[in-house]
Amino acid sequence: MEGKVIGISGSVVTVSGLEDPKMNNIVFIGENELVGEIVKIEEKNAIVQVYEDTSGLKIGEKAVDSKEPLSVELGPGLIGSIFDGIQRPLDKILNKEGTFISSGVKVNSLDREKKWHFKPKVEEGKAVEAGEEIGEVKETSLIKHKVLVPVNQKGIVKKIVEEGDYTVDETIAVLENDKKTEEIKLMTKWPVRTARPVKEKLSPTIPLLTGQRVIDTMFPVAMGGTAAVPGPFGSGKTVIQHQLAKWSDADVIVYVGCGERGNEMTEILTTFPELKDPKSGKPLMDRTILIANTSNMPVAAREASIYTGITLAEYYRDMGYSVAVMADSTSRWAEALRELSGRLEEMPGEEGYPAYLGRRIGEFYERAGRARILSGKIGAATIIGAVSPPGGDISEPVSQNTLRVTRVFWALDASLANARHFPSINWLNSYSLYTDELDQWYRKNIAEDWPELRDKAMATLQKEAEINEIVQLVGYDALPESDKLILDVARMLREDYLQQNAFDETDTYASVSKQYKMLKIINEVFDAEKAALERNVPIEKLQSIQIKPKIARLRYTKEEEIDDKLKEIEKDIEAIKKTSTEK
Amino acid sequence: MEEIEYKTIERVTNVLLFVKDVKNAAYNEQVEIELENGKKVSGQVLATNEDVTIVQVFGETTGMNTQTTKVRFKGTTFKMPVSMDMVGRVFDGLGRPRDGGIPIFSDEKMDINGSPINPYAREEPSEFVQTGISSIDCMNTLVRGQKLPIFSGSGLAHNKLAAQIVKQAKILAEKENFYVVFGGIGINSEDANFFINEFQNSGALERSVIFLNLAAEPSMERVILPRLALTAAEYLAYEKNAHVIVILSDMTNYAEALREISAARDEVPGRRGYPGYMYTDLASLFERAGKVKGKEGSVTQLPILTMPSDDITHPIPDLTGYITEGQIVLSRALDKSGIYPGVDVLLSLSRLMNQGIGKDSTREDHRNVSDQLYAAYAKGKELRSLTEIVGEDALSKIDKQYLHFAEEFENRFIKQGFNEDRSITETLDLGWELLSSIDKSEMKRIKPEFIEKYGKWKQ
Repeated sequence: MEGKVIGISGSVVTVSGLEDPKMNNIVFIGENELVGEIVKIEEKNAIVQVYEDTSGLKIGEKAVDSKEPLSVELGPGLIGSIFDGIQRPLDKILNKEGTFISSGVKVNSLDREKKWHFKPKVEEGKAVEAGEEIGEVKETSLIKHKVLVPVNQKGIVKKIVEEGDYTVDETIAVLENDKKTEEIKLMTKWPVRTARPVKEKLSPTIPLLTGQRVIDTMFPVAMGGTAAVPGPFGSGKTVIQHQLAKWSDADVIVYVGCGERGNEMTEILTTFPELKDPKSGKPLMDRTILIANTSNMPVAAREASIYTGITLAEYYRDMGYSVAVMADSTSRWAEALRELSGRLEEMPGEEGYPAYLGRRIGEFYERAGRARILSGKIGAATIIGAVSPPGGDISEPVSQNTLRVTRVFWALDASLANARHFPSINWLNSYSLYTDELDQWYRKNIAEDWPELRDKAMATLQKEAEINEIVQLVGYDALPESDKLILDVARMLREDYLQQNAFDETDTYASVSKQYKMLKIINEVFDAEKAALERNVPIEKLQSIQIKPKIARLRYTKEEEIDDKLKEIEKDIEAIKKTSTEK
Repeated sequence: MEEIEYKTIERVTNVLLFVKDVKNAAYNEQVEIELENGKKVSGQVLATNEDVTIVQVFGETTGMNTQTTKVRFKGTTFKMPVSMDMVGRVFDGLGRPRDGGIPIFSDEKMDINGSPINPYAREEPSEFVQTGISSIDCMNTLVRGQKLPIFSGSGLAHNKLAAQIVKQAKILAEKENFYVVFGGIGINSEDANFFINEFQNSGALERSVIFLNLAAEPSMERVILPRLALTAAEYLAYEKNAHVIVILSDMTNYAEALREISAARDEVPGRRGYPGYMYTDLASLFERAGKVKGKEGSVTQLPILTMPSDDITHPIPDLTGYITEGQIVLSRALDKSGIYPGVDVLLSLSRLMNQGIGKDSTREDHRNVSDQLYAAYAKGKELRSLTEIVGEDALSKIDKQYLHFAEEFENRFIKQGFNEDRSITETLDLGWELLSSIDKSEMKRIKPEFIEKYGKWKQ
């Protein structure tokens, strides 16, 4: 039965006359069929949150219940696409509507015409379980799209098509279970607010390598882990998110631009197809899905965009891939929540945010994880969420609720950013709770002494902060030589190691082995100079050896040339070792 | 669509009308209110249900009553007639002429709220705009289609700076179809006259469209005004292929008006009484800057805002900074030391700088020089505060160089005349000259080949 609109207040619309409305069902509102979701039911009226601009919508217009919750379409064709917050493809909207997005655009998420080359992987007559692979489609040069038995289905394969080209809504297999038959297509649907099931969550033991020295060395995030990046504007949140999307070693990247700048999405769209994945040399766009709800797009769809993103990520996780979700920025999502909650006239909690803010943030990050998926294999979804605290003050509710559930905290610092120390991750108050769990991996795969080198570097930086307080009081000259050495080494660590130039073609990415070599050589210089000081060599003499400019160049040295440069530096270290007390 | 007239006003507040039993009102529908004395005021539908429709009045509700005031629903959202006749004209906050000329008539009408640009349709802004101001061109480069606000404080030289940018802004490559749209939001008439005079002197006036809402005029119009200005800009950019610079001053007055309306609507206030949706609302203005595929033109925004008590964490500059592609921050300390333009380069930022600089647009060493100047100036300023405690003698030789550099940088690089138009080459060369007062071994951010090629060290 068709309902009608009886009240409009911004994106919140009251509808009467729907037959048995259910929470979270999608309703099409008005002549333009704007997409909305039922967020509250009051007696016979349904309160609908509309995902599009409601300007011009009239009292008395029709409303049709789709009888389905907000869902996304899952199947080949997702990778390389750019969707809005409710998974409408923006490229198709451009073709249909032109430069500007108007309300009520109807476009399928997945292309219904395009044919995909499907290769069956099971024989007819085989018993299959939910999540089991029955075939495969080569989606992009990087991703083999595994076609799985949908969740909640199982049975005997009664029929499966031959290898060939099929569209997403052609039947490719028929299962029989308890005399009932189920058709399987390349495309399935899944409600975004429900987490896709896994067999069990596993503890994270492998790092998600990002090629960013301060992250991989000091504050690593695990594959399947969660990280929060809070920082004031201009501190480089988005650049970090872009760097991770470019260089992290996940198989699939889902980038959610939530309430941020339109030009940032454009930047990804223009640079990613040209950038090469460091592992395979293939274009980065071949592993990336973009979801864009820019700050001027409807606010309700911003609330949904985060869920759309994580659902697509879970879908690829269920094929056994490692997926990383970048959400930039979760604060905008929380603000959308606040705005909608205000329009629903709910009792506000802290700073006007709804009382359920913490629970919603928790639910979202809990969808991350390294997991044994239904097929028994292992997949992972990592979530890295940017937070934009007002005035950079992280005592506000969104930051605090996020820090409670995430295990890595990269604290971006305005004063570092102002001194153009990028990434502006403050080494003194950031943390990673994965460090211990990942040490074993680093020892085994990179070097036995990795954790010790890292801890020593960290200790040096801590010590520098203490010494700097003393310098403020007594001046540099009054320091003991050993403290001066600490300052020298810490400066090397800060400027030549932690700093990384995202816009330099070499420095933008450093493999873990390059990171190790750089850290190791800085440590060798430290040890050699320390020994020299103990032999009473004056520090001025050590400072006059031109070793530091060479170390500073290592950042810009290509991976294949690094060993040669290290050999040169080794010679200088030998020179330090031979220094004597003579002037 | 026929207009329906109602006389069923139930309640009047200082900005809202509550009208009973309106049939089929539409959200955001435009409304005309007619008073007993024949005076007409416009308004817009804010919320509606079967019983009551709430109308927001643009202007004063003085004289409105429940007995004789009539409300007409226009059956359409707020649209503005657009044509090339707008150029050279001055309008008020509702788009009515305030220069004595005739109103704009055109069959082409555009919705003043615009529609969001499809992110897929955007083109990455990458064309360098030379403003002739070193602290902007070298350190915080402006590109076409960018939104780069000026964060200022009361009494600082933001108007002068904006006028100088308009005067000098030209692209390196060619001089083309170029327009200025100026939106004066709640400014006083002296500031308004300053801009109009400056535009006249530089010849920009005949290529500009001006919207003015002065401090004494209704604050509700301030919420409409920037939307009119941006609609005019979009028309020129996307229909007439022009490059448009939009100056909106002062966005702080806009935010104040937004707060006033929000309070009148009894909304739950967010930080410091500003509405919770202020981020979204400001974004719906600022995101209208840009460049789109398949069109020649571009909309570049230079909004000006005065930070209340120079506090950059105040909600207005804070939310703006999260939306815009950087910010030019003016410093009171520099201004006090007689340095114009007092751009605080450490707090300023242009996020689109990288796309607009380098070998093919400015010069290959631009990024490196800029980074090194930043780092050196930051270090110099840090040492300046240190010497206040320990004295200059306690500094090492290198540190003294940095200290000296910071002075020179402020007095020779940042400081320049109102009529001084420096080319990017002049600016970069000046940067090298200043850097050469520091030891070459400190140049960690510059590639050795550039030091070789452009460095001014005496060997």
